Amino acid sequence: MARILAALLAGVLLGAGLALSGMTDPRVVIGFLDVAGAWNPALALVMAGAVTVTFVGYRLVFRCGRPLLAESFSLPAPKAIDSRLLLGAALFGVGWGLAGYCPGPALASLSAGATGTLIFVAAMAAGLAVVKAVRANF
Amino acid sequence: MDWLAPLSGGALIGLAAVLLMALNGRVAGISGIVAGLLPPEPLRDAGWRLAFLLGLPAGAVLTGVMLGRAVIPPPLLSPGGMAVAGLLVGLGTALGSGCTSGHGVCGLARLSHRSFAATLTFMAAAIVTVFLTRHLF
Repeated sequence: MARILAALLAGVLLGAGLALSGMTDPRVVIGFLDVAGAWNPALALVMAGAVTVTFVGYRLVFRCGRPLLAESFSLPAPKAIDSRLLLGAALFGVGWGLAGYCPGPALASLSAGATGTLIFVAAMAAGLAVVKAVRANF
Repeated sequence: MDWLAPLSGGALIGLAAVLLMALNGRVAGISGIVAGLLPPEPLRDAGWRLAFLLGLPAGAVLTGVMLGRAVIPPPLLSPGGMAVAGLLVGLGTALGSGCTSGHGVCGLARLSHRSFAATLTFMAAAIVTVFLTRHLF
C-alpha cells in the first residue's frame, strides 16, 4: 500500500511539473523542435531543471544503499548502444515531432478528455504491446 | 519568454523522479511503466504502475486549478494523425527501451551512454520531422 501511495505522489508531482512547465501544450514542444521557425527554448529549460534535480537527488538516494519501500533499486542493466536502441529512438522522435506528445504529456492530457489524445494513448499502448508480444514469442 | 515556469516545472519532474527512486527504487520512465501493465506481464506489480499513471492527469488538473487557467490545449492533429503518431511513439519507445522521461531525464542523470545516444537520436529525428512537416510539406 505504501508503495502505491508513493507512486501516486510521484505521478501527481510529475503531472504537475509537466503542466506547469508547458509540456502539456504540443505547440510549446513543437516550438522547441522547430529550429527553423520561431524557436521556443522552454523544453531546454525543463530538461535542465529536471536533469539537474535528478542528477543531484539520485546521488543522495544511491548513497543510502537501498530504497525506503523496496528491497533494492531496479535499474536497467548496462548494455551496449545497439541498432535497436537507435532505431527505436528514431521512430519515437518521428511520432513525437508529428504530434508534439511524448508518453507523459499525452497521459497527463487525458484529463481534458479530447478524443485525439485518447486515440494517441490507445495507439501508443498498441505499439508497446506489439513489440512486447514479438519479443516474448520470438 | 517566461523562464521560471519551465525551470520550476522541470525541477518538479526531477523531484518526482528522485522520489520514485528513493521510495520504490524505480526509474520514472513513463513508457516503461505503461509497458509493464500490458500483456503478457503478470499483474503482480500493477498497483504502483496504475497509481503513478493516474497521478499524471491528476497532477495536471491540480496545476490547472491552482494556476486558474487551462493548461491542456486540444491536440494538433486529426484523429488519423494522432493514431499514426501514437503508434510510432509506442513502437519506438518499446524498441528503444524508453522515452523523454526514462532516457531524457533519468538516464541522463545516471550518465547512461545508451540514454545519451537515445536522447540525441530522438531529438534529431523529432527536429527533422518538424522541419519536414512545417517547412517543406
